[in-house]
Amino acid sequence: MLAVLVKRLGSSCLILLGVAAITFVLLYCMPADPAVMIAGRTATPTVVANIRHELGLDQPLIMQFFNYLANLLKGDLGRSYVQKSQVSSLIAARLPATLILMFSGIVVEVVLGTTLGVIAALNRGRMLDHIVMGLSFIGVSAPQFVVSLFFLIVFAANLGWFPMSGFGTFNHIVLPALTLGVLGAGWYARMVRSALVEVLTQDYVRTARAKGLTGVRVVLRHALPNALLPIIAMIGIDIGQFMSGVVVVEAVFGWPGIGQLAWQAIQQVDIPIIMGVTLVSALAIVMGNFLADILAPMIDPRIRV
Amino acid sequence: MKKVLLCATILGGMFALAPQNANAAGDIIVTYKDDVTTLDPAIGYDLVNWPLIKSVFMRLMDNKPGTAELVPSLAESFTISPDGMTYTFKIRNGVKFSNGRAVVASDVKYSIERAVDPKTQGPGGGFFNAIKGYDDLVGGKAANLSGIQATDDHTVVFTLTRPDATFMQVMAISFSSVVPKEAVEAAGADFGKKPVGSGAFTLKEWTSGQRLVFARNPDYFTPGVPNLDSITIEIGQEPLVAMLRLQKGEIDVAGDGIPPAKYAEMKASPDAADMLVEGNQYQTSYITMNTKVKPFDNVKVRQAVNMVINKQRVVQLLNGRATVANQILPPIMPGYDKQFGGYAYDVEKAKALLAEAGFKDGFETVLYATNTDPQPRIAQAIQQDLAAIGIKAEVRALAQANVIAAGGTEGEAPMIWSGGMAWVADFPDPTTFYGTILSCGGAVKGGWNWSWYCNPDNDKLATAADSMSDPAKASERAAAWSKIYANVMAEAPWVPVINELKVVAKSKRMAGSPDFYIDPVRIFNYDAISVK
Repeated sequence: MLAVLVKRLGSSCLILLGVAAITFVLLYCMPADPAVMIAGRTATPTVVANIRHELGLDQPLIMQFFNYLANLLKGDLGRSYVQKSQVSSLIAARLPATLILMFSGIVVEVVLGTTLGVIAALNRGRMLDHIVMGLSFIGVSAPQFVVSLFFLIVFAANLGWFPMSGFGTFNHIVLPALTLGVLGAGWYARMVRSALVEVLTQDYVRTARAKGLTGVRVVLRHALPNALLPIIAMIGIDIGQFMSGVVVVEAVFGWPGIGQLAWQAIQQVDIPIIMGVTLVSALAIVMGNFLADILAPMIDPRIRV
Repeated sequence: MKKVLLCATILGGMFALAPQNANAAGDIIVTYKDDVTTLDPAIGYDLVNWPLIKSVFMRLMDNKPGTAELVPSLAESFTISPDGMTYTFKIRNGVKFSNGRAVVASDVKYSIERAVDPKTQGPGGGFFNAIKGYDDLVGGKAANLSGIQATDDHTVVFTLTRPDATFMQVMAISFSSVVPKEAVEAAGADFGKKPVGSGAFTLKEWTSGQRLVFARNPDYFTPGVPNLDSITIEIGQEPLVAMLRLQKGEIDVAGDGIPPAKYAEMKASPDAADMLVEGNQYQTSYITMNTKVKPFDNVKVRQAVNMVINKQRVVQLLNGRATVANQILPPIMPGYDKQFGGYAYDVEKAKALLAEAGFKDGFETVLYATNTDPQPRIAQAIQQDLAAIGIKAEVRALAQANVIAAGGTEGEAPMIWSGGMAWVADFPDPTTFYGTILSCGGAVKGGWNWSWYCNPDNDKLATAADSMSDPAKASERAAAWSKIYANVMAEAPWVPVINELKVVAKSKRMAGSPDFYIDPVRIFNYDAISVK
């Protein structure tokens, strides 16, 4: 078990290194010059050249990359080209908002998705099943910006139940979390339904029924725990996805998360921030999967090594 | 007993303060999409931080609110030597930084040297290139500008290497803001997040990605300025959401303006008169034609293109938020020539010119534009106009940074539509539209002369015009610039298309002259606006 963990950890580090290298090369190849963007329209060529030199952009790519890695090992993500602040502190300032949104979004989608999935599975082939599956289809295919703007206009602008944008109180999180949750719930509902449908035909479920247990108890005690595995794996993936910033939802609701930071940095060709956000979200994806891999055997003895 | 006394003192103090604040009541909320990048005056150079920096810091000179007129600010008075090479400023007594220290002449010297020093990585150094010692500091041969001397605490003397007609304007731009050395050194590169100035407002709070709060500086040198008690800048607000909030009265100014989709509705609403302010700005949107790319190396081709652009339709695409342009300078700029006719719309004449140039059947080319609405739609309109004379232009809509990079790469972008690349002139002087965007010096890699147009004769005339620093010769100088731009238009490296109007959406309770909201130099004058 330990050996497997160490091996997974090692490959996770390699993945991160690969992400850093690929992002670095891609940003370098991008046809936009950060020095020109900083210098603005009235700068003389000397000023542009000086800025390029001060940022180290006149060095060969490989040197720039090794410098970046050397600093990274020291925990230094560098300074923003445009804002001049430490990238690590800029990301740290946004992290709480992103974590809160991630956590709330996952709670809503798991609770909503699992409930709907169970309802659909228990009513397989009936009207309720078709309704739930139809809704989940809309959920998985609706674009984020449509749903978030719809919620914003109906529940915030017209009904006035929630603030239109911002961060700080419980009311602020409701609409963004609901947007993410409703959209994500579709996936969970479909997954839970198909896992349950399979489990419900198993012998032990029939045995449980034969013992005289009610349908609900059978599902909650015997069937659902066995259908949990894919949900855990999916949450692992979602952690990564939400950490990379849910750009659209953050933008619509003025949520001060990592996505907004990344979006602004891309517009301004602020390479250190883009690198930093990419690495942090890659780290989150790797860690999310890693956690799912550790948790799975704890829940399901069948896949213990 | 001590406690009671203390309470009495505090209460007494509060009552004593109350009447002073009565005429200055007001806390307002302004929203922006992007976080404010920096408040460091040596670095900040966008339309959001520029007006904020101007309100947090003082400069020797400033502009009268809502106008382009120069007035002494940190300077109490000044003298200019007859040859226009030496400027002596007397510094106002009793002006203090928000850390409590008095502002002295050596702070002015330090601040401008810092703006020029390459290590600061600031964009504004070039504005000061007429000051003696500029080349040595930029080239790393000196640590100071020998052309700035603080002769005593209240006198600072600038020595120039050539007369510079824009020098006094430069003393009023944000890069000339005066900063205290000790605060800059204590904060290091984070000075932009912890600014210490002597302006009308001081920064009280900055929560990254969420808000900035500015409070009025009670020690500001002009009594009664600013009118507001505080300004809260809320960050991360989508323009459309900001407009909804503005209509509900939750915020006071939607900083990013009105999205195209919302403009018609706003304009037609009964609140428009109270909530919309429109005005001219120092801005021209244009199409560049790359004189180093065939067939735009042929002046007849460039002139032909000038005759087929339906500018009125571009105005319509902007919901009427623009006026048609026929020359490079915007109408409110000195040097704008009212008599100038430009190229009239004439498809037949354009066809004839193209035929003369050897392109009877037109040609294929590429038109670059930024990818944010409505710019791609405008580029498509231009594409249709070009098709009328057989020019098949492929529209390439990219992120702003990529368009700028393509423009600054020799032989890369045949045509660029400049709209949406937010830029207005830094100060009201005709030279601002020439320097880096039409001169030979700007036609370099990473430069902004996207036409790669270079006429050394015009460059000579421009240098001569900018040397006429005697204020008495202002009209002669403006005429000289009119001539230069007429020369440029004859060679037609651009199609000047429109002058965009600035439109600000504000809450009904906001008061003060409309000019304060569309301030031509400050962009937005936080010092002068007020609440009803």
